[in-house]
Amino acid sequence: MSERAALVARFPAAFAPNWSARVQTIGVVGGAVGLYIFGLVTLDFDPSRIMRGFARLGDIFEMMLPPTPDSWSRGQLYFEALIQTLSIAFLGTLMAAILAVPLGFLAARNIVANWLLHILARRGLDTMRSVDTLIWALIWINVVGLGPFAGALAIMTADIAAFGKLMSEAIETADRKPVEGVAAAGGNRLEAIRFGIIPQILPIFASQVLYFFESNTRSATIIGIVGAGGIGLYLSEEIRVLEWQRAAFLILMVLVTVAIIDQISQRLRAAIMGNRGR
Amino acid sequence: MSRAGQLVGRDTWPHSMIHTIAIPPDAQMAPLMRGYAASVSARRRQMLLGAAIAILAFLLACIGAEVDPDKFWANLGNFGGYFYRISKLDTGSFAWTDPVEWYWGLGRWLRLLGETLLMAYLGTATGFVGGFLACFLCSRNLVARAWVRFTARRMLEFCRTVPDIVFAQIFVIAFGLGPLPGVLAIAIHTTGALGKLFSEVVESIDMKPVEGVAASGGTWVEQIRFGVLPQVLSNFASYGILRFEVNVRGATVLGFVGAGGIGEELLLAIRKFFYSDVSAILLLVAICVMVIDLASEHIRHRLLTIEGGKT
Repeated sequence: MSERAALVARFPAAFAPNWSARVQTIGVVGGAVGLYIFGLVTLDFDPSRIMRGFARLGDIFEMMLPPTPDSWSRGQLYFEALIQTLSIAFLGTLMAAILAVPLGFLAARNIVANWLLHILARRGLDTMRSVDTLIWALIWINVVGLGPFAGALAIMTADIAAFGKLMSEAIETADRKPVEGVAAAGGNRLEAIRFGIIPQILPIFASQVLYFFESNTRSATIIGIVGAGGIGLYLSEEIRVLEWQRAAFLILMVLVTVAIIDQISQRLRAAIMGNRGR
Repeated sequence: MSRAGQLVGRDTWPHSMIHTIAIPPDAQMAPLMRGYAASVSARRRQMLLGAAIAILAFLLACIGAEVDPDKFWANLGNFGGYFYRISKLDTGSFAWTDPVEWYWGLGRWLRLLGETLLMAYLGTATGFVGGFLACFLCSRNLVARAWVRFTARRMLEFCRTVPDIVFAQIFVIAFGLGPLPGVLAIAIHTTGALGKLFSEVVESIDMKPVEGVAASGGTWVEQIRFGVLPQVLSNFASYGILRFEVNVRGATVLGFVGAGGIGEELLLAIRKFFYSDVSAILLLVAICVMVIDLASEHIRHRLLTIEGGKT
């Protein structure tokens, strides 16, 4: 300890507290905690209500065991809904991917040099992205009626924007040399895109499509809550009528399906990205 | 390819500038061309097979999702028509000609939007703390016992795979209507999502400072505080802010199941065909989400440059 005192005496600057950094840290943390407390007060969180809620949650969990669909025919019904969920996710992802291709090229700076068109495409995509899938589902239900098709269209509309953005970024970062090579060999602009850019972005894009399919499987499980098809319809129904065992069974089905899809898609993505090397 | 070869090799050779390209005789070329053709056709076969599988899956999915093109084309006008209708007031004039009438409920909507933002904040902050505590437990370089890591990881996986709106629906029954179940649902989902990202960051750190603290007698907690935290904090903050962005978007629909925020008002407006209210609320939500996106992008950029300056 005396050693330390000697060190402090010799190098006071190294041991002096860094006040400006401390004030900054305390300010940020204090602000965050203050906002948290403000939120708790404003939203009227009552500790006794929270405790009672957790007790009831424990009861609910007990009632969930063991998870069962109760009857074979209902199990079949759930399974069909699960297939429908996967169909919604697949269809929505694929349609979004196809529609996003032209949009991505429009929003890419090195393909379309017109900045006005570029900004319009980007902002339009941003606006679509800021509306949640469930809201899109409600809107599409007004157009094509209740059912899974509305769900697929909702996933499509919510994803076009994200896809378009990724696509345009991939195009913008693509290597210019192949394009110049095609142009030097006498290819026109379309051929330059076909042989210079597409081979570069196709694997990236394919792996993104798979990744979105994964995440859309999750979205498609809940889209039934508003009546747009899939397993979410049953799930929200069983929760509403307090059939906890069935609800737990449905949640398990979702967990298993998502895990399987994740595995498959991870393998495929590794294969796609792998055989290009680098 | 072969046509180009002949052009260069035979006809134009004596007069051309590009006579340095030597085209081998046909006997030598043939196996090369055959190899090229074989590899191209192999790739083409692979491509066709992939496309066939994709188209088959697409058709199956169309059946599964009950796609009805006739209905779609017949009603597609409704899509545009819907946006046309929500842009009109009850009086028949376009909404933006009379902003006061359009945003008649502005005070109430802003309050609900504020509630939505607060829910997202509380949920993200709680989930941040949860993910923070959990991430060290599932990092390979900090926890030697495999079963601890395994349990922690499976817990996090469960938290992030069950959609937050399902949690919200269950919590609404346990805790009653209002923002409380919404906040809890966001918190649990965020714990799962952030815990995974955080543990990936922690697993990629430089272990030398940790070993230094351990060598001078620091406990496990001290190793994390002085060895790990300084390396990961700015990354954690950046991920936390990104998650807040996602959660704001998610919180706008939690009201659909009665878990607070502006969602309930929006659901009512859409279900009861209060057209101008739909557009008013949608616009508010979109602007709010976009502003938060931009702000978060700005802050995250600054955080990353701070980190870059330090190292």
